[in-house]
Amino acid sequence: MPRLLPYLLLLPATAFLCLFFLFPFVQVAHDSVMRNGVYTLENFSRMAGHWKFSTAFWNTMLLTAVVVPIQLAMALTMASIVTKLQRGRSTILYIFAIPLGISDLAAGLIWLSVFEQSGFLNSLLVGLGVVDQPILLLGYQNTWIIFIAIVLAEVWRATAIMMVILVAGMGLIPKEYGEAADVFGASRWQKFRRVTLPMLRPSLQTALILRVILAFEVFAVVVALGGTQLPVLMSETYHWQFQMQERGVAAAFAMVILAVSVAFTILILRLLHVPKGARV
Amino acid sequence: MSAPSVRRAGNRVFVAGVALLILWVLLPIWLLFVNALSAPAEVTGFPKRFIPSFDLASLSFFFGFSGVIDALWNSVRVAAVTMVLSIGVGAPAGYALSRFDFPGKELFRFLVVMTRAFPLPLLALPLAVMFIRTGLDDTILGLALVHTTLALPFAVLITYSLFSGIPLELEEAAWTLGCNRVQAFIKVILPLAAPGIAASAVFAFVISWNEVFAAAVLTVENRTLTAFLLQSLDVSPLPLKFAGGAALVLPALFFIFAVRKYLFAMWGIANR
Amino acid sequence: MAVIEIKQVAKTFGSFTALHSVDLTIADQEFMVLLGASGCGKTTLLRIIAGLETPTTGEVWIGGRRVDHLPPRERGIAMVFQNYAVFPHLTVFENIAFGLRMKKMDQAEVTRRVTRTAELMHIEQLLKRYSGELSGGQRQRVAVARALAMEPDVILMDEPLSNLDALLRLEMRAELKGVLAESKTTTIYVTHDQVEAMSLADRISVMNGGRIVQAANPVEVYRNPAARFVGSFIGNPPMNFLAATPAGPGKWQVAGQMFDGPVAAAAEFAIRPEDLHPGDTGLPAEVRVVEPLGPHTLITASVAGQPFRAILDSTLLPAPGDLLHFAPAPDRIRWFDPATQTAL
Repeated sequence: MPRLLPYLLLLPATAFLCLFFLFPFVQVAHDSVMRNGVYTLENFSRMAGHWKFSTAFWNTMLLTAVVVPIQLAMALTMASIVTKLQRGRSTILYIFAIPLGISDLAAGLIWLSVFEQSGFLNSLLVGLGVVDQPILLLGYQNTWIIFIAIVLAEVWRATAIMMVILVAGMGLIPKEYGEAADVFGASRWQKFRRVTLPMLRPSLQTALILRVILAFEVFAVVVALGGTQLPVLMSETYHWQFQMQERGVAAAFAMVILAVSVAFTILILRLLHVPKGARV
Repeated sequence: MSAPSVRRAGNRVFVAGVALLILWVLLPIWLLFVNALSAPAEVTGFPKRFIPSFDLASLSFFFGFSGVIDALWNSVRVAAVTMVLSIGVGAPAGYALSRFDFPGKELFRFLVVMTRAFPLPLLALPLAVMFIRTGLDDTILGLALVHTTLALPFAVLITYSLFSGIPLELEEAAWTLGCNRVQAFIKVILPLAAPGIAASAVFAFVISWNEVFAAAVLTVENRTLTAFLLQSLDVSPLPLKFAGGAALVLPALFFIFAVRKYLFAMWGIANR
Repeated sequence: MAVIEIKQVAKTFGSFTALHSVDLTIADQEFMVLLGASGCGKTTLLRIIAGLETPTTGEVWIGGRRVDHLPPRERGIAMVFQNYAVFPHLTVFENIAFGLRMKKMDQAEVTRRVTRTAELMHIEQLLKRYSGELSGGQRQRVAVARALAMEPDVILMDEPLSNLDALLRLEMRAELKGVLAESKTTTIYVTHDQVEAMSLADRISVMNGGRIVQAANPVEVYRNPAARFVGSFIGNPPMNFLAATPAGPGKWQVAGQMFDGPVAAAAEFAIRPEDLHPGDTGLPAEVRVVEPLGPHTLITASVAGQPFRAILDSTLLPAPGDLLHFAPAPDRIRWFDPATQTAL
């Protein structure tokens, strides 16, 4: 009985993950190569043949490429600040962590209040006399402004999660290492570069994987700010599933997102590989 | 410049940086609430004031809008079921991981950690079909099951770290003092882990409360608030959007405040 | 009150053998100390007796009852843990009462027992506090009181003093000895501290590599170590060992000196550092380090190229490089078999 107990305790969670995690992924893979009851790659060719596919794909990639590095830099800065603080640490930490609890849809709406035509950015611009008339910022003529708005909303919303992981990771680094670096005459920047960053690798790995995958899933922010004017992979998936009622093509989109996610996870694991003996 | 004045200048830059970052986080939320707490005419008007007029017309318009109360209530119900399911299923697994060494332990941990490398909302696509077959389509339970899949890995990892933080010695002491396993768990482990379990329950609630994609895919009649807002984005007027956004954000502020102490327990363990 | 019998108990963790078939009988009311370095199996043995670990093979009997298949709660034991394991969510009173409440004892009896044991451990003024408000020493007292309140047949203690600072440890040691002697409970006490073991035990079981090397009263263990390991583990500084070459039946030459010894093929000479008299004859020792310690002086020297320590009266202060001669007290010389490492 005691030997079986751990398995008994794990059984519900394992069953749950098999039924609602492993099985659906097998199913979606199956759906993506199935059309009218025959195995075919037509779903993929229809997906790739649609004029919006490459736009959606590259928009997603570009967003990730712009957003993630900014977030990494900001999260590192915020985490360093929080780690350094003596007074007000918990308050500032709470404030920095707030966006963690805010849904991507709400974040999109928050930035919509800034960027919409009668919004706060236009009010500021007119107030300062930069422009005479409120301008249509989120229109199809200015997709680059939509892009910037999405970047801002994403950076605003999802930096917190990286920060919290990095703060937790910095907390695991014993103080003596920094003090040793001080004794050997390292400057603040050298200390960060040569001591903190290398020792932070496991946390950086976690933070980056989580963040990059979330970036490929970007959806509600894009819809809230750009409607259909800036297609991304996830919004196209939603579109094919609902408006077009083409589950096979939607599944093909899902496989693309999945493939990109897994590829980047492996890439990050490789790039930030930490040998077992070198962990803190 | 002398060394102390350099340091003072550095300090000033540091304080300014902190202030700027705080502003960066708080200002956008403030602006959303300015909109939510102004009259509809002010929301669509121009130019905008940066202080709310505390006119509740936008909010009452939002809450009076057909379907909103139902959506709100659905959101609460789905999140509550998600909370119960993910703790009920996740906590025993977390306890098993923290207290036992057994063959297959690493495999299970791998399964849990692997969920993080997959875009989970996509699960909604195949599950939509499975739910139609089993009659779970467009139900609170069906969506809650998907949200539990999102929340379960967190629940397992958080409770794992929680239980690991309670010395095994305490449990053993209870056994030598006359408890069986279940009694020791109820009398010793549960009281000590309760605040942390509550925090991870809140976290599960937030995950469900905020989720958009699966909610939008899986619900038609019984939409949650996020699904409702998403599907009416292109037709609903601005005051409705902003009031809805505020309704989404406000509970989140409290939730994060409630679990702030446990954020690191959650992510500290996620590093390993 | 109970006799404890351990019959051929062995324990393996995967490929690691923590205990090799241990046999040990502990008499009723005896204070038995399991002594050894970390990893010697002493804690594993204690946990097997407690029921927190299952033996791979063998039997455990407490008070004439076989218990190795029973959970801890059915063995009539109480245990004091290394980190005290005082429940942080309960007051001191409720901690001490915990086991009594599990036995569904009535409230009057619970209060009576808690008050009595609290008085015994001098913590009656702490009964309303939580463990977070207690010092290490106070927690220790609560842990002991909680065990005593159970009025168990056997009390098991796992390095209970190791987390206290030196002065407190000395104080608690004396107190524990008094309280446990009075309670007349059979006690098994695990420690790696030889002084603790010597001062508390009726009998010491010295353990090494998952085996009991010697089980005897403290003086016997100190004076007549059954194995070379015991001599080298007990005593501070430990026993000196010198190579001996045979010089006729029962005669041995050690560092150029002749000694009477056992009749054997090979032997090793051993003497405790305090059993040496400096003089004009005896083992020639070249002084390396001199450490005046107050009551006496510790000399580290080299005898025929082998390390050697002597404890001298503090009036003697040789200098490094001096050549001294130490005459061993003849009745204190011990001999060991170099092959089996056991006493000859």
